[in-house]
Amino acid sequence: MALGVSKKEKIDDLADTAGVSLAASAWKRLRRSPVFLIGATIIGIFIMVSLLSPWLAPHDPSDKMLIEQVVKARNEIPPAQPGHPLGGDLQGRDFFSRLLVGSQQTLIVGVGATLIGLTGGLILGTLAGAIGGWVDSVVMRLVDVMLSLPSLLLAFSIAAMFARPSQFTVILAVAIVQIPVFARLLRGSMLAQRHSDHVLAATALGVKKGAIVFRHMLPNSLSPVIVQSTLVLATAIIEAAALSFLGLGNPDDRIPEWGQMLGDVQNVFDTHPHLAAWPAVCIIIVALGFTLMGETLREALDPKNRR
Amino acid sequence: MALLEVRDLTVVFQRRGEEPFRAVDGVSFDVEPGQTVGLVGESGCGKSVTSLAIMGLLPKRGATVTGTVTYDGTDLLKLSDKQMRDKRGSELGMVFQDPLSSLNPVIPIGLQVTEVLERHRGLARKEAMIEAKNLLDKVGIPDPNRRLKEYPHQLSGGMRQRALIAIALACRPKLLIADEPTTALDVTIQAQILAVMKELVQDLGTALVMITHDLGVVAGLCDEVNVLYGGKVVEKADRHPLFAEPRHPYTHGLLASIPRLDAAPGEKLTPIRGSVADNIPWAQGCAFAPRCPNALDVCVQVTPAEEDQLGRLLRCHNPVVPGTPAAEEVPV
Repeated sequence: MALGVSKKEKIDDLADTAGVSLAASAWKRLRRSPVFLIGATIIGIFIMVSLLSPWLAPHDPSDKMLIEQVVKARNEIPPAQPGHPLGGDLQGRDFFSRLLVGSQQTLIVGVGATLIGLTGGLILGTLAGAIGGWVDSVVMRLVDVMLSLPSLLLAFSIAAMFARPSQFTVILAVAIVQIPVFARLLRGSMLAQRHSDHVLAATALGVKKGAIVFRHMLPNSLSPVIVQSTLVLATAIIEAAALSFLGLGNPDDRIPEWGQMLGDVQNVFDTHPHLAAWPAVCIIIVALGFTLMGETLREALDPKNRR
Repeated sequence: MALLEVRDLTVVFQRRGEEPFRAVDGVSFDVEPGQTVGLVGESGCGKSVTSLAIMGLLPKRGATVTGTVTYDGTDLLKLSDKQMRDKRGSELGMVFQDPLSSLNPVIPIGLQVTEVLERHRGLARKEAMIEAKNLLDKVGIPDPNRRLKEYPHQLSGGMRQRALIAIALACRPKLLIADEPTTALDVTIQAQILAVMKELVQDLGTALVMITHDLGVVAGLCDEVNVLYGGKVVEKADRHPLFAEPRHPYTHGLLASIPRLDAAPGEKLTPIRGSVADNIPWAQGCAFAPRCPNALDVCVQVTPAEEDQLGRLLRCHNPVVPGTPAAEEVPV
């Protein structure tokens, strides 16, 4: 008898583990992908650094502690020295601390802009994909108009419209530019869902329209949008840096930001290229990390690649 | 009065700039309470479109549905979208062909069963879950408590189709339309699914419209059979006379093209020559004439009428006479 029970349990266990869900098989493939591991490592370090930067930074990033050196040497940039591994900037602030703390702004703006853009895109995409007809036409023409403008140019125009730039206007400007990307992607997969068998089956059961959209169509349309958002994060970080570089970002220079740091050192770039190189390399590495992760995620979740 | 009376059901698909296409052309049949009626034919003969038209599931734009579908005294084609939604799932159930794609892949089976119960019977989630367990039990899914929490991809094909049947019958509909419910399944599983359907339909007194191209399914299940060709019913008879003496050359051909266990070794199968695409419009004669071994000159000149011939409804100028051998062998 005991043998019978354990046998039954064993069969159940086997049955439980035999089915492989899309998420599980995707994870299996991701774990073996070196590209994904590199991307994930970069992102992991980036997030850790930005969260812990107040404690990691050796000095207060807004403290002009090296200003004497700047003044004494007639606007010379403080070189690397004990306690200041990367030296100081034009205003005598510790460059290494500014670089560490600057990651916070990048994370906030990148994630904030992506989330707002995602929300906007989900609303528009759901409207277009679920209702169809003239609503679809209006939303999609609007999206076409926005996509026809170069995204960076559009972000500049939106940011420039605000009289007083702040962190929030940067986030908003970058977010609005991302909305059409999400909206079009979601609408496409919603349309495919609308003609799918299980939506027809739900309709044949008299399920109400709202439930069909939110329980049957939307959850099945989300995976490309989720993947896209990791790719958009990279774009958002670069665009936010570009806005700050051009002086359309947060004017409060006590809060360090990589794009702004790049802009500040434009005049001394030929004599002190390292001041530009460090923030630029940080931006590139983080954007690359998100792109690597997003691309491998997209490939792993693509059912066509499933074996 | 019959539970479902379909009269002159016609579905015309029209795309801008294209010729209208009559997918279903004046189909009429009755379903009595508890009766099982078969709609049989090759792919493209209009069986599935007929079922979608009855359920009101054809797209509003592009498909024109005419005729009447009287269910329990009301014409379903005249109901508003909302009234129709209330009827679907509660009084009219439907089971589709492909059980995997007909289930929502991201929702556990349990929630898909309770969704109907909550929608139509107003049950709370907890009561609905208990009822869902009973339903899965009834369709023969072992260990229903565990299955309720599982996702469609974790179930086998047969279990998925059982789950779909449970969902379709959850609110005890008076009419169940099954659109090729066994096509995607193994033969052994087919038999199990058919047995479950037969049993449940008898227990609940549900009338069943069985849409299939599989004459074996018809033989095992249906009381009355409608053979469709080119969107029209060409032969309508009870099961036994139909199988014993098929009169329409198309029905005859369908039966002759089935491999038989009792055939002599080496005996060749007799396919129907041509394909469904080799049609002439019904307005100019008989759509089956180009493929028909019995075709006469009149068949390409005059549309055959649906007539009471030889003890059944038949649409043919030159029916198969009992005792004639199967149509001549066609070199393939």
